[in-house]
Amino acid sequence: MITIEHLTKRYGDFVAVDDVSIGVAAGEAVALWGPNGAGKTTVIRCLLGLASHEGTIRVGAYDTSTHAKQARRLIGHVPQELAFFNDLTVDETVEFSAQLKRVDFESLNQTLETVGLLDHTNKPVGSLSGGLKQRLAIALALLGDPQILLLDEPTSNLDAASRDSIVRLLHDLRSPSRVLLLTSHHLEEVGLLADRVVAFESGKVVLECGSQELGERLGLQSWLHVRIRNGSLDDASAALNSHGIKAWPNKQGVLVEVSSQRKGIALRALEDAGFPVVDFEVWR
Amino acid sequence: MTVEMDLVLTVARRELRDTIRSKLLWIYAACFAILSAVLTLTGLSGAQLAGSGGYGRTAASLVALVQTLVPLMGLTLGALTVAGARERGALRFVLAHPVSRTEVLGGTFLGLATALCGSVAAGFGLEGVIGAISGAPGSPSSLLILSGLSALLATSMLAVGMAIGAGSTRSSAALGLSILAWLLLVFVGDLGIMGTALATRMPVSVLFFSVASNPVEAFRIAAVPTFGSSLDVLGPAGSYAVDSLGSASGLLAAAVMTVWIVVPALIGLRRFLRSDA
Repeated sequence: MITIEHLTKRYGDFVAVDDVSIGVAAGEAVALWGPNGAGKTTVIRCLLGLASHEGTIRVGAYDTSTHAKQARRLIGHVPQELAFFNDLTVDETVEFSAQLKRVDFESLNQTLETVGLLDHTNKPVGSLSGGLKQRLAIALALLGDPQILLLDEPTSNLDAASRDSIVRLLHDLRSPSRVLLLTSHHLEEVGLLADRVVAFESGKVVLECGSQELGERLGLQSWLHVRIRNGSLDDASAALNSHGIKAWPNKQGVLVEVSSQRKGIALRALEDAGFPVVDFEVWR
Repeated sequence: MTVEMDLVLTVARRELRDTIRSKLLWIYAACFAILSAVLTLTGLSGAQLAGSGGYGRTAASLVALVQTLVPLMGLTLGALTVAGARERGALRFVLAHPVSRTEVLGGTFLGLATALCGSVAAGFGLEGVIGAISGAPGSPSSLLILSGLSALLATSMLAVGMAIGAGSTRSSAALGLSILAWLLLVFVGDLGIMGTALATRMPVSVLFFSVASNPVEAFRIAAVPTFGSSLDVLGPAGSYAVDSLGSASGLLAAAVMTVWIVVPALIGLRRFLRSDA
């Protein structure tokens, strides 16, 4: 459905994307993962035909260098930076987008209901909260039921509650006929939404793997804050240290540093040592 | 690739709505309306003393006002709209839809031109109402022609402004360049030609065509005869136009302004197609 071959994007002497090749099949959910400035957003912009580039990008049957408009008919896009026309209301914004996409107006309310915006249709876009703007961006991307959803950092700048609800919403949008291509630097988000991960660093692809393997392949560590039912926090930390797991007493719990794919081992070690776990939070 | 007119009109409607809500347009429109009303009222008191000659002076002042203010309106509005939309990310939002760059730029131009010409027409309308109430000499048709020529000048300056904005990534740079273009077209160009003519003993025909190639001067050449004056008032170049071209000088001037719409629009489109959103 999406074929990127030898994509290179330069800004003067700076190479933002360096000879990247990626293929995404119909029904697949792929995450472009990497730190800020790794080149993920540039790939999305090239895919949309918004930036000139070297190499070939095909979306469906269309080469985006020559048929960007036709290619965009297959795509719904959620941008990283939400730049709407702030004076327009939600209704007017959706109507404008629907006219450009030639979408039947009768389906608009259904789309707004899907993302939970039906109660905000008369509000100017500029007055919406970050979470509601993100929902509006998703609603616009869904207009016309596109075969491909491009989600560029779909939860950036959101608080934890909004982020959870957006991730749930996006998870529900997955379907066997739809391609999901998202960029993110949140490991949990990638694990929940993607089947496969393409990891970027300095504009180059450094790793391709299943989304569940990413943390381990990259040697990423997680921080767990664990609350135990009884016993000394010092003793609980010592018990974990004896298993080779780094841990320290911290306020009402134990702070544990562990491989992001092996969080359960730390919890089981505490249980086995006689410190029943009441609750835990993943801090990173 | 074919241009789909309904998409152009969709972009134009949104641009028109956005521009009508913009403070910049209202400030310009208010300045134009107030200054033209003041000129009319001042001219009326002169007309009571000098008869229809007073109206001639009012019309000449109006031409000078249009020559100064309308290019500034068109140039800055055109440059700021496109560069500002790129800077805010709004351009990327629109271009991520299944719409071509030609349709987006064409729609933006259409929406802006409608708003700009509307504000110029409103200024002339106010002036016409004041003139009608106070029984000023002069015909409504000459005011209509002057209004139409002003709209043509406004549209050509808008095209130049958009050509500047189409390749700019920062609205501050686009604003600076548009003000530079305004200074060149309104003040420096005329002085430069006069200086060159004096220094090189330029033939009067070359002098006329050099002057007439500037859209701001072309407007003056087309506008002066509309209120009954002769182009002789413009000096040797004007006398050459009267002797050699007669009434065709007005058509030539209108054609020059039209060329100043088409050529900058094509340059702007080329820059827009080549730039990243």
